[in-house]
Amino acid sequence: MSTLHATELLGGEAYDAQGNFVGRVTELFIEPSDQPNRIARYLLGRGKYLPLVARHEQVSFVAPGVIKLNVAERDLDHFAPNEGWLAVRKDLLDQQIIDTKGRKVVRVNDIDLAEQPTNGTVELRVTDVDVGLTGAARRLLQGLASPSFIRHIQKQLPARVIRWEFVNLIESDPLRRVKLRITHNRLENMHPADLADIMEDLSATERQSIIASLDEQTAAETLAELDSRLTSQIVEKMAPEQAADILEEMEPDKAADVLAGLSPEVSQDVFDELRSEEAREMANLLRFDENSAGGMMTTDFVLVGESASRGEVVDWIRKKEGESGILDNVYLIDGDAKLSGAVEVARLLVAPEEQAVSEIKSEPLVWVPADANEKDVFELFDKYNLRSLAVVDGNGRPVGVVTVDDVVTRLRAQL
Amino acid sequence: MNFVGINERVEQWRQGAVRARRHGRRLWVRVGLFLAVLGPGLITSNVDNDAGGISTYSLAGARFGYLLLWSLIPMAIALYVTEEMCARMAVATGKGLSDLIREEFGFRPTFFVMITGFVVDLGNVVAEFAGVASAMEIFGISRYIAVPIAGFVVWLLVLQGTHRQVEKIFLALCSFYLAYFFSAVLAKPDWLEAARHTVIPTVQFNAGYLLLLAALVGTTIAPWQFFYLQAGFVEKRIGPRQYSQARADVIAGTISCMVIVFFIIVSTAATLHASGQFDIGGAADAARALVPLAGRWAALLFAFGLLNASLFAASILPLSTAHVICEGLGFEAGIDHKFREAPIFYWLYTILIVVGGGLVLVPGAPLWRILVLSQVANGVWLPIVLIFMIKLINRRDLMGDRVNSPTFNVIAGLTSLCMIVLTLVLIYAALFRPGGVPGM
Repeated sequence: MSTLHATELLGGEAYDAQGNFVGRVTELFIEPSDQPNRIARYLLGRGKYLPLVARHEQVSFVAPGVIKLNVAERDLDHFAPNEGWLAVRKDLLDQQIIDTKGRKVVRVNDIDLAEQPTNGTVELRVTDVDVGLTGAARRLLQGLASPSFIRHIQKQLPARVIRWEFVNLIESDPLRRVKLRITHNRLENMHPADLADIMEDLSATERQSIIASLDEQTAAETLAELDSRLTSQIVEKMAPEQAADILEEMEPDKAADVLAGLSPEVSQDVFDELRSEEAREMANLLRFDENSAGGMMTTDFVLVGESASRGEVVDWIRKKEGESGILDNVYLIDGDAKLSGAVEVARLLVAPEEQAVSEIKSEPLVWVPADANEKDVFELFDKYNLRSLAVVDGNGRPVGVVTVDDVVTRLRAQL
Repeated sequence: MNFVGINERVEQWRQGAVRARRHGRRLWVRVGLFLAVLGPGLITSNVDNDAGGISTYSLAGARFGYLLLWSLIPMAIALYVTEEMCARMAVATGKGLSDLIREEFGFRPTFFVMITGFVVDLGNVVAEFAGVASAMEIFGISRYIAVPIAGFVVWLLVLQGTHRQVEKIFLALCSFYLAYFFSAVLAKPDWLEAARHTVIPTVQFNAGYLLLLAALVGTTIAPWQFFYLQAGFVEKRIGPRQYSQARADVIAGTISCMVIVFFIIVSTAATLHASGQFDIGGAADAARALVPLAGRWAALLFAFGLLNASLFAASILPLSTAHVICEGLGFEAGIDHKFREAPIFYWLYTILIVVGGGLVLVPGAPLWRILVLSQVANGVWLPIVLIFMIKLINRRDLMGDRVNSPTFNVIAGLTSLCMIVLTLVLIYAALFRPGGVPGM
């Protein structure tokens, strides 16, 4: 088994079983619906005549610059374009792909193929995508220097290849994506922050198509990690229902920020599509100035009566599993629904079943009014080494929680 | 509260709430409009007035007085048309020019464009550091001190500062170009005569005139700006909503660029040309010659403008060149990466600064030859890049409804044609009339 390169085959001469020249190889096709990595067809250009297509089982010999067929020219089909074929030159070479293992966007310099002789014919399988200097040098020198010289040069250069399994193609046409069997399962397994970095390297249509093909949960998490201008650009191009579905998956504070960044008409449309519960939460958050504690907080937090025992609280959390977004602290309220304490979940964990939660609350109780300036919030986090901070309204009732990740995001933006 | 009641409350909250938040953002939006979008175009056009540019403009004024002023208007149109094409491509495709060329034309054409670009830009960087050297010598500081410090500062400024801060510094630096305005006013020119020659073309068909015209166009419309501009807009995430702001940015950049060129030509025309000093070696000579004619202040301002322009361009050119080359050829690029992640990018960047600055310090280095070579390479480069651009921007599958209008195609095509002719003139002069190439 030896390694061939797609650019060595492209432009090569094709001969039929009788040794007659048929044409030049102008394109290689993969049929993902059949085999994900096999070169299924060779397009043979014949100048002013219609191009022909050789199927893989009609090919008996492949070497750089030449292929031989085991049939006569008249047995070959005429070429008819097929959306379900992945074209190596047009769709892959020089295009950007996502390296799902290295978690970044890279550009394809060449494609490495492995030869597999199978009962008299030769199958080529795509093994790797070359994104490094070796491919670049080959592309540059082909036809200008002897193949042995090119191979010699290549050995001196560091190789950078990505295994074909880890290659995620970027195709912005959703129909073609289905035909080519491009899924984004591997993207969905990535950390949203990595995915967001990848999105920033892509063009607007490419971003749009990837977000559209992700599940709502992943899409929401990824959008929350993107910079706000990009997020609003993406959301504005979505159908309002779809945008609303994704916003509902986000933490309410992030969703409110996205909503506020949209143009008035679009934000109205998206808002109309939200479920009334989410809509109310977001409307609540949108009341606050962006740079106040209210503008930073989320409304996903756990609130319990101060008279409860540890066991009751843990049961409550268990029941609400999945709904309580941030679980650093559990907040306590008194009979007037006023904030009366905060209990670290770590302390709750080690406390005995019957202990009253009011006995293990953190001292002192730290909180801010919703209209507090973001600077005050930062100072409190710094002073008390907080991970989350309760926000109360004018009556002392808890309305939300600011978490440390929001603080870090904002501080970093000010750097 | 029943469901309907809740929904009504929600509606009330929402209206107040969205308004409140909008209000909080309004100031940011206003400032942001200037910093976030008014950026790439303004910077690009002003880097255009670099050391080589100032020398050429000074010489144009000294040798031909106000005669060449008419060329500013066609140049402004060509500059606007080509730069707007870049802005539009950035909006429609969200990709940089080098990305597009690579994806649509393949590896080898891209490589050729990049290598030519490297040669051109290296020549330009040499010119920038030569500009730093001569400006500082007017202030009495040796080039052996000034150039290494400038090189180091530029290298550090870009590598250590985050991109955003660096660009703010650059934007602030743009305002220093006012120096040329004051310099021109102090020179007491004949404004009426200048205005007349700006509007009414005077064409001569002698070698000196054509050569200077070639140099003038070549130094004003340079392909690296297309790459830099488009990358800048892509990086700023200019979408269809911000397109009109992006275009305003390009217009602002074009006009401010041309206004500065105008004042440079006017100030040397009013002094050097008027007093019969037709031949000067470059911008530094122009500044020195201004002293007895327009006063020490005009000269110092002129030298200060030269220093600023040289530093400004020296900090942008190597960075953008390294960026464009790496992006086109598929290597990691950008100052957000660590050296280990993007070695080729950082090496290219460092080589451009070290070699560019170093050549200025080598006694007897063939500076003049390097500059002519880079100017010729630029003339070869521009039509090729422009033809690539015209091909790309007329592709409906890439651009959708934003393909070029026929007018734009004609103007862009004429620009490349003019450039080809002018480059041939330049090559002829470099081969057969050494010493005749101006502005270096």
